[in-house]
Amino acid sequence: MSSPNGTPTKITQGSQTKGGIGESTLRPDGTLKVTGEFAYSSDMWHEDMLWGQILRSTVAHAEIVSIDTGEALATPGVYAVLTYDDLPTDVKNYGLEIQDTPVLAHGKVRHHGEPVALVAADHPETARRAAAKIRVDYRELPVITDEASATAPDAILVHENRDDHHAGHVPHPNIVHRQPIVRGDVAQARERADVIVEGEYTFGMQDQAFLGPESGLAVPEEDGGVHLYIATQWLHSDLRQIAPVLGLPEDKVRMTLSGVGGAFGGREDLSMQIHACLLALRTGKPVKIVYNRFESFFGHVHRHPAKLYYEHGATKDGKLTHMKCRIVLDGGAYASASPAVVGNASSLSVGPYVIDDVDIEALALYTNNPPCGAMRGFGAVQACFAYEAQMDKLAKKLGMDPVEFRQLNSMEQGTLMPTGQPVDSPAPVAELLRRVKAMPMPPERQWESSEGADLRELPGGLSNTTHGEGVVRGVGYAVGIKNVGFSEGFDDYSTAKVRMEVAGGEPVVTVHTAMAEVGQGGVTVHAQIARTELGVTQVTIHPANTQVGSAGSTSASRQTYVTGGAVRNACELVRAKVLEIGRRKFGSSHPAWATAELLLEGGKVVTDGGEVLVDLADVLEDEAVEVEEEWRHRPTEPFDLRTGQGNGHVQYSFAAHRAVVEVDTELGLVKVIELACAQDVGKALNPLSVLGQIQGGTTQGLGVAVMEEIIVDPKTAKVKNPSFTDYLIPTILDTPTIPVDVLELADDHAPYGLRGVGEAPTLSSTPAVLAAIRNATGLELNRTPVRPEHLTGTQLSEG
Amino acid sequence: MDFLRPASWEEALAAKAEHPTAVPIAGGTDVMVEINFDHRRPEYLMDLNRIGDLCEWEVGEDSVRLGASVPYTKIMEHLRAELPGLALASHTVASPQIRNRGGVGGNLGTASPAGDAHPALLAAGAEVEVESVRGARRIPIDAFYTGVKRNALAPDELIRAVHVKKADGPQQFSKVGTRNAMVIAVCAFGLALHPRTRTVRTGIGSAAPTPVRAKTAEEFLNAALEEGGFWDNGKIITPSVAKQFADLCSAACNPIDDVRGTASYRRHAVGVMARRTLTWTWESYRGARRTTEGAA
Amino acid sequence: MRVNFTVNGRPQEADDVWEGESLLYVLRERLGLPGSKNACEQGECGSCTVRLDGVPVCSCLVAAGQVEGREVVTVEGLADYARQRSCASDACGTSLQNAQQWEATGDSQTGEGTELSPVQQAFIDAGAVQCGFCTPGLLVAADEMLERNPTPTDADIREALSGNLCRCTGYEKIMDAVRLAAARQGEAV
Repeated sequence: MSSPNGTPTKITQGSQTKGGIGESTLRPDGTLKVTGEFAYSSDMWHEDMLWGQILRSTVAHAEIVSIDTGEALATPGVYAVLTYDDLPTDVKNYGLEIQDTPVLAHGKVRHHGEPVALVAADHPETARRAAAKIRVDYRELPVITDEASATAPDAILVHENRDDHHAGHVPHPNIVHRQPIVRGDVAQARERADVIVEGEYTFGMQDQAFLGPESGLAVPEEDGGVHLYIATQWLHSDLRQIAPVLGLPEDKVRMTLSGVGGAFGGREDLSMQIHACLLALRTGKPVKIVYNRFESFFGHVHRHPAKLYYEHGATKDGKLTHMKCRIVLDGGAYASASPAVVGNASSLSVGPYVIDDVDIEALALYTNNPPCGAMRGFGAVQACFAYEAQMDKLAKKLGMDPVEFRQLNSMEQGTLMPTGQPVDSPAPVAELLRRVKAMPMPPERQWESSEGADLRELPGGLSNTTHGEGVVRGVGYAVGIKNVGFSEGFDDYSTAKVRMEVAGGEPVVTVHTAMAEVGQGGVTVHAQIARTELGVTQVTIHPANTQVGSAGSTSASRQTYVTGGAVRNACELVRAKVLEIGRRKFGSSHPAWATAELLLEGGKVVTDGGEVLVDLADVLEDEAVEVEEEWRHRPTEPFDLRTGQGNGHVQYSFAAHRAVVEVDTELGLVKVIELACAQDVGKALNPLSVLGQIQGGTTQGLGVAVMEEIIVDPKTAKVKNPSFTDYLIPTILDTPTIPVDVLELADDHAPYGLRGVGEAPTLSSTPAVLAAIRNATGLELNRTPVRPEHLTGTQLSEG
Repeated sequence: MDFLRPASWEEALAAKAEHPTAVPIAGGTDVMVEINFDHRRPEYLMDLNRIGDLCEWEVGEDSVRLGASVPYTKIMEHLRAELPGLALASHTVASPQIRNRGGVGGNLGTASPAGDAHPALLAAGAEVEVESVRGARRIPIDAFYTGVKRNALAPDELIRAVHVKKADGPQQFSKVGTRNAMVIAVCAFGLALHPRTRTVRTGIGSAAPTPVRAKTAEEFLNAALEEGGFWDNGKIITPSVAKQFADLCSAACNPIDDVRGTASYRRHAVGVMARRTLTWTWESYRGARRTTEGAA
Repeated sequence: MRVNFTVNGRPQEADDVWEGESLLYVLRERLGLPGSKNACEQGECGSCTVRLDGVPVCSCLVAAGQVEGREVVTVEGLADYARQRSCASDACGTSLQNAQQWEATGDSQTGEGTELSPVQQAFIDAGAVQCGFCTPGLLVAADEMLERNPTPTDADIREALSGNLCRCTGYEKIMDAVRLAAARQGEAV
């Protein structure tokens, strides 16, 4: 790892206070997490609580002829069995953007594993046995599984009578949303091209595979309301969807964030939230629901699998002329975040390159496959896989170095996006590529030792498949662009409540937001911001709940930017109030109160010249200063539905990777030796956390390059591998060293100049690994993940 | 569900006779997953952890008597010389945590074609010691696997130990998985040279309804080695012989397509592993032979 | 059924245990020790790793009835376990801390003043904790490896931890943490 460099934003206020921004302060929840005391949502326990169980559909597409719950309800220990008919109000659906997802299936199931009925019982086994006794009679329907079956003239409609705001502009009711983007004149630009490359790419369905399963505890309250302890990415979005279904006003649905065992997009949609509340309100008892890993694969949306068709042209001196692409995302049975994913896929489909003439189309289908929605990278991942493969193909065809070719076409500050929006902050694409290429290469044949081959360093690892035979090294590069924050005109804001008071003679600060800490370290950063802005060392992070305004979602790499911005804003307001009190009390005692710029440092009011005026404890005495305030980033605009033009994004994040792999070319097994990354983070508020985000995101990209895929049977639309036995994520033996070069070029529009970090490394990691495997094998490899079959020509079944 | 905790082998046999549907549990690797995921609700669970004898092994003149519950970790640590193939296979089982608890008895009891121990046992040569209140018997490993996840045990029998022939020559084990650790075999291959009898034995995992030997390949190789005087002259096995052996091993497979891999990949990979493990064991045999000659 | 066993040095009794329950369930739901995590319940992630008679195992794959009379150490007892290991038994206080409640009291999430084992401290210091769900299992596994092998190579660390999945960190900071714990352990000797 190298130390951050570039031009960091200069900080004055708080620069003398320990534990502020820019330091690698340690997590405030670290001790609880290493002692096992941190309370995750699945750890909740309540006297007299019941266990909830969900009965899910065993088929993907069917009419429900009948449901018989009699035997289940008669089971000793069972307190309630609920179906669609038991829903208490007219609001029976929910959804992030389109309310198309039934709380419990009504007359029809649209995907394998859809919730059909609920059971509450005194032991999980009792609940499971009772659920198994519910008899559901299905009349199966043909399944829609791809674009051809979805848009066929006689296709069954996954959702009839659509009235959502996309229904009017889509070419077929089985298309959730479609976004074209047209700029320049592709036909004319194509004339200038000396080389043209085309490609058809396939991106498999990836799962977030967070380790903490969906879970929560709903406790009925005396006022008829309910208190839900839950792991989520956005408390207030959950609340907005839950309350109407329960028929309760939002203030009677209290929500407290429990420990969240990872999220990565998979907790943006509701899972068991409404189900637990319904059972708790029906039985009058606390109800806990914990998915097991099998159910978790059905309980959250996945990354959209995609088909991508690309055409690029370039002149013989290596300048890109035009790009045409068509990106077809499989949204599965319910909309979830599909419309926004389409917006990202289309607007970021060019990648971090300058191409003036583009013709782009992205769409998401309704099918009977598992619902797909948010996952780290959110539509930009699939596109990056494809356009980076195209860049390598072009470079090869032109006989150019793939990195130099990319650098020649890299965007920079001022470049126009295909949407016509100028990139108005640093875009160091060429520099990131330069840096990642300049990093030292890992030594060859690391597996050789005096005692023979170290299997752990070879493809196949401990499985002892090679001692070096067939092993070929390859190197590949990729770079990507990800938008930060919610785009397309969404009112993206966050709220922070900051309080300063004196306790034990010391000024202490409490920061209260509804931000979902899912592991990313937002709580660490909030405390750092408060120390910097208020010059105190003692900061308490209040547990996140709905007693404070919305913090927006922990997604889109936005939390440090937006909730961090809200915390800074609230701190600034607190600082102003504190100084006002100080002026009132002490203004006459020293002229600096009127003339100098005053700072808070080390628990004191000081002048910008460093002179101490007074202790904060004396300013505040027994007074507390508290501010709760919303904060917004710059507004964005929707994309035009026909041309895709519009200032839709607020910020971009860039990362580049170099992958070094060794491939056992005979067995098709891959060992990633090293995945180097260079990323611009604007300003590293917590360098240790930044590295953790980059390395973690890189590894998820590695996973979908070589092993991770949810496999859906195209004949039945049923999931074939819902387990950690057959959905494989990288182990520590699959994960290489990940050296990181962090660049800090301030974005003047963002707090402290920072740039969202979390997602960009997930983009370029996958295509870099693929490029390295292509380099080692000479194969074309147009799909990810790459399986051994694809490297050995054995993908087709026998007979 | 009832939980039976026999304190001795005799008690276990009596309990199994009384409740033939009782499911024995030792390492729990297979049984607990089935229970946790509601795939199985046995009437009786019978804990074998209390029977100390099952966790012991004895190294005899010609073979090792390996208690059914000796954890894979112990096999890796203590029986590398006597049972090199099984020790290599043990090292590929799941994770360190599971290797600390699981033993060969579980692999044999479940009889999944993907069990990692099977190819090594087939290649080394082994007998499974089973017993019921009616008496004890030894089932040759070749007769043990009777179908997909089925074995030759009678309902009242329990696996007590496996008698594995001590290595008289080099052995190898190779397994393909799509991850570098903690992975179920897409397919696996075991190979043992038996210089004393001048034979080669093989074992194939996950590429047929049951673990199988590639008998035609063995016969071909035995004849080829004999014919060319390889055992005596210690020459390098010619590529054409190795290739034909590999092809015959591939041909011995009867694989299926599933989420872990295609049939044609399995057939292909078994061939590659057969060729490589033959090369490794033969090189090792030649090396040992040279050392012996040098000393003599 | 009833199960009696020792957890973190204290005798425990669990009543009305369903015969199909795992040790993991009993620890989490009956004994108030949810530190061992329920990430996969199929032996494929290591989050539930505990030591059973000293040996790291997946507690989800141990039937509750199998632990009768045996000794279990969980992440909640790791600091005590490490302390007892690090000093002569008669020189150290043998009293165990009361089993701690999992509920965080008050608003502070810092857990200040808690005594940690070297590997626990190293995980915090090296940034090896993000969401933390894999952390307890990794700590138990890493602590046991350092007990067996005080000077591990990187490959040794990777092999020893290959049964523990982490989805957040990309494992780099976990490697750093274990190296750090080993180095500090080396300095302390």
